[in-house]
Amino acid sequence: MSNAWRKKLIEGIDFDDVEFYGNLGFKCGLEIHQQLDTKKKLFCRCPVGYRNDEPDAIILRHMRPTLSEMGTYDGTALMEFKTKKQIIYQLYRGNVCTYEMDDTPPFPINQEALDYAIEIALMLGCQLVDEVHITRKQYLDGSIPTGFQRTAIIGLNGWIPYRDRKIRIQQLALEEDACREVQDKGHTIIFRTDRLSTPLVEIVTKPDMHTPHEAAEVDELLGRLLRASGRVRRGIGSARQDVNVSITGSDRIEIKGVPRTPDIRPLTHYEALRQKALLELRDKLHARGITEQTLKATCHDVTKLFYDPQERKRYGIPDDADRVNAVNLVGWQGLLKHKTQPGLTFAAELAGRVRVIACLDRMPNILVLDNQTEGKLHGETDVPVELEEHVRKAIGADKNDTLVLVWGSVEDVKTGAEEIIIRVKEAAEIIPQETRQHMVDKCRTDFERILPGPDRMYPDTDSPPEAISKERVVRIQGTMAPKPWDREKEYAGMGIPAHLARQLAIHPNARFFDRLVGGISINPRILAEALVEWHRAIAREKLAAEITADMPDEQRLERFFISAGKNRTPRRALYCTFRLLLHGLYTKDAEPPAPLSTDELKSLCEKVIAERKDVRYKTRKLTLDFLLGEVIDQSAGRAEPEQIISFLENRIPSFQPAV
Amino acid sequence: MNEHDKLKGYKGKAREVLESMGTRVWADVEIETDKGIYEGIILPRAEQADDLHIVLKLETGYNIGLAVHAIRSIKEKAFREAHYKIPEQEFPYDPIKLNVTLLGTGGTIASRLDYRTGAVIPAFTPGELYGAVPELADICNLKTKKLFGVFSENMGPEQYIATAKAIGREIEAGVAGIVIGHGTDTMHHTAAALTFMIQDSPVPIIMVGSQRSSDRPSSDAAFNLRCACNAAAHGSIAEVLVCMFGPTSDAYNLLHRGSRVRKMHSSYRSTFRTLSDIPVAKCTPDEVNPIKKDFRPRRKDKNVKLDAVFDDRVAIVYYYPAMKPDIIESLIDNEYKGIVIAGTGLGHVNKPLYAPLRKACRMGISVMMTVQTLWGYVQMFVYDTGRDLMELGITPCSNMLPEVAYIKLGWVLAHTHDREKVAKMMLTPINDEITEREPHDGYLIFQGGLPEVEEFLKGRLR
Ligand SMILES: [Zn+2]
Repeated sequence: MSNAWRKKLIEGIDFDDVEFYGNLGFKCGLEIHQQLDTKKKLFCRCPVGYRNDEPDAIILRHMRPTLSEMGTYDGTALMEFKTKKQIIYQLYRGNVCTYEMDDTPPFPINQEALDYAIEIALMLGCQLVDEVHITRKQYLDGSIPTGFQRTAIIGLNGWIPYRDRKIRIQQLALEEDACREVQDKGHTIIFRTDRLSTPLVEIVTKPDMHTPHEAAEVDELLGRLLRASGRVRRGIGSARQDVNVSITGSDRIEIKGVPRTPDIRPLTHYEALRQKALLELRDKLHARGITEQTLKATCHDVTKLFYDPQERKRYGIPDDADRVNAVNLVGWQGLLKHKTQPGLTFAAELAGRVRVIACLDRMPNILVLDNQTEGKLHGETDVPVELEEHVRKAIGADKNDTLVLVWGSVEDVKTGAEEIIIRVKEAAEIIPQETRQHMVDKCRTDFERILPGPDRMYPDTDSPPEAISKERVVRIQGTMAPKPWDREKEYAGMGIPAHLARQLAIHPNARFFDRLVGGISINPRILAEALVEWHRAIAREKLAAEITADMPDEQRLERFFISAGKNRTPRRALYCTFRLLLHGLYTKDAEPPAPLSTDELKSLCEKVIAERKDVRYKTRKLTLDFLLGEVIDQSAGRAEPEQIISFLENRIPSFQPAV
Repeated sequence: MNEHDKLKGYKGKAREVLESMGTRVWADVEIETDKGIYEGIILPRAEQADDLHIVLKLETGYNIGLAVHAIRSIKEKAFREAHYKIPEQEFPYDPIKLNVTLLGTGGTIASRLDYRTGAVIPAFTPGELYGAVPELADICNLKTKKLFGVFSENMGPEQYIATAKAIGREIEAGVAGIVIGHGTDTMHHTAAALTFMIQDSPVPIIMVGSQRSSDRPSSDAAFNLRCACNAAAHGSIAEVLVCMFGPTSDAYNLLHRGSRVRKMHSSYRSTFRTLSDIPVAKCTPDEVNPIKKDFRPRRKDKNVKLDAVFDDRVAIVYYYPAMKPDIIESLIDNEYKGIVIAGTGLGHVNKPLYAPLRKACRMGISVMMTVQTLWGYVQMFVYDTGRDLMELGITPCSNMLPEVAYIKLGWVLAHTHDREKVAKMMLTPINDEITEREPHDGYLIFQGGLPEVEEFLKGRLR
């Protein structure tokens, strides 16, 4: 997908147009998944890791739906079962044990992870549960070998401040991460188990965001809060977000795995428009008298019409398709051309279901025959009218009917045709609750699966409930990081500029800064600069391989800044010595130097003036600047520039033009 | 506490609070606590759990526990009792398909949640099974009979006898095969018992269970059940066999001879292994492929030798280095008639046990020697210790597994208490509980980490 296409989809849209989205009834909620920075996994003692090498072993499994605790089957579970997938798991000796393979029951829950989850729940102002109950959340897509994710609510009903209002946090759950999908082709799906069972928190907001822009901003805000906690993992795949969108007249649709925060804007925008389009399609159907009850859709085996390979070619049907079915949608003429997303029509909704549920994933996987309708439909194949007539006659379709061809193995085609009928029935009544995945342009979405409901929850009979004691909460509150927005305000009050305060508020060194800043006489702004900007700049310097820019331990660092305060080390001298410290080139007890005394400065200036008496610039200012630079260099930053300038100005009172 | 208790599982303070608020389990409520308001359904509580919390199911399906001391009020909005029931559908009958009877003893082959204990309990009707595993109808006509609903560890002589008799009736009725649903923990004990109690069966008798209960999407129950039904209906091996996962992958099952099989891992799917021999066959839901050539083939007649008796005054003694004579003494004092020793190495115990063992033999108790190494033969001629023990009157049981020897001794003692006759019966194999030869690949435990083993395993489904 070209950048020009994406640009065209985004350009000129005001994603914060309150009136436009208000009229749509746009509502958006977030589900943020963030891995916790624990040493071990949540229910076993495997180290958390990320692998890209050859797996040490593989296993094959299948999933079957089971009953929920309330005695019902979950819709998604049944859908996943229809796909009849062979699920392959890649195993790694170093990061996976028999627990992840579902060959050993869970060990007691990781207490470090539970502490972190409680801490983050407290930061979000949640009501903590008194007793943690581990629940199994079914996932039949194979992403977890047990077929369920072990998850537990830690806190409920929190909130964060945003635009003078509260964004409500519905819940925070502690759960184990799923596998990474490596490949999904036909009836085989391959998963890598490295990150499986890594502890993560799932934060669910209420649908309190009213524009796509708000959704993106709140996502960023929550991301900042999580980083401020100092308890979360960074790096590839460590944070993922799902976004829920609804408009007036629709139920929520989940967009799964939005890659980057800014993508939330176009994705939610076009999803809202898709929902609007589906509601319009429903009205069109009703206007034709087509409802869920009256809708007529029939399935016909038309394989015999496609025995001739030449004929097949003209339709774009591959030779290895054993069966071709035609689904006749009575009275649907033209409606599959109803636009749903930029460049996509309702036919894409059918193709998505067929691709996922019937595993017919060679695209195009359906062909629409829509009597005399101009132009291309989904599948981009033009079918000559006389060919179409051939099929219509064979199954006795009326000219007002639309036909959908689907092909593949006998079993898959049967499933595919059933899914088409299910989807068109839904179109006459509701917007089906789906999980959708973003397409490559990160603006449009495609069907991923039916949205799971509460029926997929089941108590984990392998794990006992665990009470959260008062002592535990008090202990955690004692070391809890302040919220980033509170920190920012506090830092601003110390005279730290806004951009720096914003960075420091979520920086790993923030806790150290908070502890140090009150007790030493160093300027908070310089301390913040050192811990955030200098550290980053020094770490980026390209140096010999044996020199690193690791932060020394906190005690050493603390001694360093205490003496810097005591010695009133000038900013520039502090930078130089901080750099040496980070490079490990500084002797153990060395201190940042004190500034030069007036006499020392005076004699240094005299020395520089004498050495450079032959240097002349066009203006007096340039000459002064040059001398200033020389003095700063030779003093290793131990004098403040203002002090040097005032001395030099007295010493070189008049303009001496260049020779 | 009975099934109709309105506060199922709650006790002490929690019960008091719920009672005083006039509410009950399955009530859809709004609870006000010191922390805030919670909405959900009050769930029954596990009996082992404390009396300080109540369990609430939220609308999202999650469960949470709330401290009772912080509850201010509970308002009941509705009542929604859950009916956890696998959808029952009548198992279809197809006159051209073969008839198989599934005898249920319990275990996790089909199960549902029990709120009282928080554990899964067995559930079992043909309709439920068909509802859960509809593929079974492609294999055979299935009839189910629930013999008992007990956990594996509660299976004992009484159940062995009842099961054997039930099998006898089914064979007489002319079924094509029998499947026995069983918990896995003691499946090999029951398999051994049935091997001795039902001899020369004309049809397969297939024991099956599951290592992951059927309330889990990844359960092995459905695959095991399909394999077992197929082996019972269409398999050519008319023996008591255990049908469980070969590898941990959903790839194929193995059929193990009931006299040589043992559960070898506490939780792995592929926990059952044939010891000191190779499994009888490999099977899938579609076919049975014999691995061994010598098996008892399926016959057309309905003759079977039913010998369902058991004397439970038998004990198994797992020897350890510092074992004191009083262990044996107490068995003598309590009038046990048979003792199976799982001895060290080739079949040894220490000298201090000689005296009580001699006494036991003199008092007419049959004492059998097996090896706790599980693989290999008892060989009591190699060392003096062994020769001494034989002089005391202990019978070496060749390569019979300790659990199998225990079951067989109980069965033999129900026929005779004469020590010589007992020894003779013990050493006359009924179906390979003693084999004359151990093949080179009868003992095969790969050691992971070795390069050649890793190479062999690479890319193979484990
Ligand atoms: Zn592990």
